[in-house]
Parts: sequence; C-alpha cells; structure tokens
Amino acid sequence: MNAIDAAFERLKTGNKKAFIPFIAAGDPDIESTKELAKTLAKNGASIIEIGFPYSDPIADGPVIQAAYTRALNKGLKIEHILKAIAEVSLDLEKEKILVPFVAMVSMSIIHRFGKDKFIEGCLKAGFSGLIIPDLPVEESLEIAKDLKKAGLSLILLVTPNTPKERALLILSACSGFVYCVSVSGITGERDKIPEELLKNLAWLRKQTPLPLCVGFGISKPEHAKVLRDHADGVIVGSAIVKHIETAEKVGLPAVKTAIATLAESLVSALNS
Amino acid sequence: MNAKLQSTPDAMGRFGLFGGRYVPETLIEALNELTTEYEKACKDEAFQQEFHRYLNEYVGRPSRLYFAERLTKEAGGAKILLKREDLNHTGAHKINNSIGQALLAKRMGKKRIIAETGAGQHGVATATACALFNFPCRVYMGEEDIRRQKLNVFKMQAMGAEVCPVTTGSRTLRDAVNEAMRDWMSTVGDTHYIIGSAVGPHPFPWIVRDFQSVIGKESREQCIAQTGKLPKVVVASVGGGSNAAGMFFPFIHDKDVEIVGVEAGGRGPKPGGNAATLSHGAPGILHGAFSYVLQDTDGQTADVHSVSAGLDYPGVGPEHSYWKDTGRVKYTNVNDEEALAGFDLCSKLEGILPALETAHAVVEAMRIASKLTKDDVVLVCFSGRGDKDCYEIARVTGESLE
Repeated sequence: MNAIDAAFERLKTGNKKAFIPFIAAGDPDIESTKELAKTLAKNGASIIEIGFPYSDPIADGPVIQAAYTRALNKGLKIEHILKAIAEVSLDLEKEKILVPFVAMVSMSIIHRFGKDKFIEGCLKAGFSGLIIPDLPVEESLEIAKDLKKAGLSLILLVTPNTPKERALLILSACSGFVYCVSVSGITGERDKIPEELLKNLAWLRKQTPLPLCVGFGISKPEHAKVLRDHADGVIVGSAIVKHIETAEKVGLPAVKTAIATLAESLVSALNS
Repeated sequence: MNAKLQSTPDAMGRFGLFGGRYVPETLIEALNELTTEYEKACKDEAFQQEFHRYLNEYVGRPSRLYFAERLTKEAGGAKILLKREDLNHTGAHKINNSIGQALLAKRMGKKRIIAETGAGQHGVATATACALFNFPCRVYMGEEDIRRQKLNVFKMQAMGAEVCPVTTGSRTLRDAVNEAMRDWMSTVGDTHYIIGSAVGPHPFPWIVRDFQSVIGKESREQCIAQTGKLPKVVVASVGGGSNAAGMFFPFIHDKDVEIVGVEAGGRGPKPGGNAATLSHGAPGILHGAFSYVLQDTDGQTADVHSVSAGLDYPGVGPEHSYWKDTGRVKYTNVNDEEALAGFDLCSKLEGILPALETAHAVVEAMRIASKLTKDDVVLVCFSGRGDKDCYEIARVTGESLE
C-alpha cells in the first residue's frame, strides 16, 4: 500500500485528522531542511510536503516565493533535495516514525530534469507522492500513468471555481488525497474560512472516497477547528515558512521550537 | 513541408508539440471562458468590424509600407521595404493587441484590466486602450524597468493606469508576468489579463497572433500592390514574438517566401549573455506554455540580457517553436553592438529612429538583402519607434541626456 493511503488508514482508525505541513527545501539551507522535517515529523505531522524551489512559481504568494528565492540563491539543486530527503527518510525509518513525504514541484522542473529520472529520484529518496501545481488534469495523463506504475500518488487540486463536471474528472485522476484549495488566489495566510468552501467539501465528500485536505490560507488553530468536521486534514504552508524565514536572525533551534509549538496547536485543534 | 502546417492550435491548445496550459487549476476556467468567447468573437462580423474600425480610426491603420531607398542602396542588393508599425498611435505594434483584447474584455463583461510590461510599450498601449474603453487598469512592471523607463511610467499614469512595481526575482519582465498571473489568480471573476506577447497559456498565443496578423495581412497586399509580387524574404525581431507572429502568419503558406526571425544575441552565446531563446534554448515550460526556454538543467529560468528591453525575455511564443521545428521559419540573432550600429545607420540614412528591437531586424534584413538581387524584395517589420531607447543608447554610448 502507498504510504499516504496507509497514513490516512491509520488516521481513520484513530479517528484523527491529518496535519500536513509544507516546507521549502533548502530554506535556510538543506541541512536545516532535514532538521525541520524531523521536527515536524516528531510533532504531529501526518504527511510532510517538501517544496522544490522554482524560479517562477506563479501559484505561490510572497512568503513561499521568498523562501524559494533564498534557497536558489544559495545554489540549491534538485540532487541536493533528493539526497537530503533520502537521509531523513532513513533516519525516521530507524526511529519507526511513519510520516510520508510529498514533493510539491513545478512541471517546468520535472520536464527539464527528465520525467523518468525525476520519478526514479523521488522513489529512491522515499517520496510517496507528487503535487504538481501547474499541471492541470488534461496535461497530467501521461505522468499519472508513470506515477501509478512507480507506486507514487498524484495529488490534484480542486479550486472554488472548478465546475462540478471538471471536479469529477479531477477526482477520477487523483490519488492519495484531494488538495482542496480554500480560495481563488495564491498561497498565503488569510483570516477566515469561506462559507462556500464548506459547501464544496460536502459535495466532494459525496463524490469520492479519497481524503479531502484543505490548503491555501490555513494558518491558525481556529481554522483547523472549523475544518475538522468537514475535511480529513489541513495543509499549512506560509505560516510555517514565515517562522523559518527568521532563522538567520533567531537561529535554527528557536525556529524548531516555534514550528513545534505551531504544529502542536494545530494538531490539538484538529483532534480535540 | 508547408502543406500541413497548423494554422490554429489543436484541442489541447498546441501548435505541434508546443503550447498547452501549464497553469494552476484556479486559472483553467478563466482560460476556458476566454477560449469560448474568442471563438465566438472570431465568427462575429460585428466584433471584427468594431476592431478594425478602431484600428483604422484610432490607431491610424493601415500603416505604411515604405521603400527604404537609402538602406537599399547601402545594402546593395534587394529592395528593402519597411512596414511602418512605428507610425501607429503609441509608436509600436503593441496597440493592435491591446485594442483587440480590451474589446474582448468588454464583450466578456469584465470590469478591470491588468497587464505586464517590460520596457513599457505594452503597458502604454494597454493603458491607452483602457482609457479609451474606460477600464480601471493596473500594469505590473519590474522595479528595475521602472527606473530605466521613467517616461513610459509617466505616460501610463497620465492615462489613468496604476503602475505597480514588482520587487521579486530579477525585477524585470519575467517577474512582471509572474505578478500579473498572481493578481489574475485572485481576481479571475471580474478581471481580464491582457498579455503583451504571443506567449502564455492557451489561448493567449493564438489571440495575440491573430490581433497582430493585421501587420502581415496589410504587408502582403501592399507588397503585391507596390511591387507586383510577394517578397522574397520577410524579417521581424523576436522577443516573446508578437510582432513577428503577426507579420509571419499571413505568409506561412506562401511557400516561396522565406521567413526569418531575429533574436537578441546580446553580448554573445554564453548563458546569461543573450536572449536568443530559439538559438540557444531548449524545449521547456515557462509562463504556462511548453516552448523553447532559456533555463538551467534543473529547469530554473536563466538570466537573460539584451540592449533592447523588449527582447529581454527568457521564453518565446509556442508558435515560433513550432515554426522553428518544422523548418518553416529560420531564426537567427543579432548582437547588441550590431543592433546599436543598425540604429545609427537607419537614423542617419532614412531619418527614422528605430526601436532597438526593430534595429535587430533592420540589421538582419540588410545582411540578407546584400546577398540578393535588385529584383528581390526584403520586407521588414518596423515594429516601433526609437524614442523610448534614446536614454539607454546615450548611456551605453557614453553620452548623457540629463
């Protein structure tokens, strides 16, 4: 069984919701990424998204883009990310911590690096799935086949303006979980959970057995509390990356403490 | 080879292998809506008439096809004809597309327009169209370009547009496109994004090419009327490739007409030193389309350079990639130094200051003309006027206009 599917099985058995944090690889540096991933894995993360820095990330807001720029300015390469995640995967395995990794990566990168080589690299590194934010379902058919063969999930996004008919097409091609985008727009923190989102989640629930996880703008325990009755998990990106961006100033240990605290508060809000 | 050349994108929005849509799900519905509306507008006689009425009465079309006698003499071969897009209102070909897309936005009931701009020509053209059709307009422009193109910033603001500085990444055109796309992601319901070149996700490359094809259609008719035949060679400069796509498309099926696109050779072929995407790049994905791109082996977009701010772009329109791979169009490049010499020559011999983009095409056209005979015709897309570049040219040649 794919590790993401297994993770949701375990959550379901324990009657729990998934907390899925996002970090940008190589921010502030690749050694720290390993530390931060382990911190999240040990503080309640169900799955961890690893962002592959890209020079032109059009779906991302200023916080994540800045993290990507910091990482690329230090000369981060794909090979460094794959090597680092392979090491973290091994360490976690030794400690018997089961937290799958998902790669968040632009199709620009996959195409140029080489699709087959990238998939092979992900498998070796211990990734369990991919999110390709700039690959709409129509363009995803080819890579979906290859990922399936490799046993990797392809997590697709459904947005508030996705028509119902199109959502069904997306659900039929999606595996692992459905990434439900909370608002039209880019990643980044927001104040409120839109009413519309809860309606969409209810509709999606009737269409698919796949877990539904909500992302874009999720940053606070209050959001998690509202969503826990409607979704199977939340994805938190910018709120975590914002702590990481202070690393140069406050030092990595302080960042680790801050994200562990944030993780704990979100996990408890999701499951209390 | 030309018999089977595709004239419109296929169901997946591709010209051959190139094009498509590599954008977040949030934009897909807006792109679907735009495709549907554009298809309707293509068949709508009233829409086409309105577009052409504005082109004629407001932009000042048809633009002249001018026999450049002294450039011809200097080259010493074929006749050189200049398609004078520099004589359009706002001084460049960009206005053709901005008027067309603004009319399309009106038709779709959109309430607000956004655009990106590099040197500012597309920003000015879009601000112009927005003043004309009463749209609130926001133009994204790299901080670095704002500094270099103060006059265009002033013009846009004078016409009521808001110029929004982009401070991310390289702070130039590429980042301005990213920022405009991000704005559009949050505002797709009421906003239309007027992209300035034949790039981006389907249907943009197709729409921009169509609105710009008025250049090639007029040129073809004028050339036949003035010389009694088709040109031997058609030449245009290629950054993103909108003036070139508009000039080339009506000649694509004329199998005896050679077509040459001229990219920015910059300081030379070394990575980072040029913006000659089709000469030095490889197929990849940028700004929503599969096309030739200048990027590193990890897929990160490369830095580019050209003395011409309008050619300074690491990608190129997908239809150009298609024309390159099918062999229909030959792509070459002209470097900074040659382009500056071309600016000088054209100014002194013809009394016409070309934009630096245009100067690249003029240089290549003269090279080609010198190898042909006086019975041949070389047709050049004279895409814009050089006023905007005077400060930059003065700076690089060590003079000062301050």
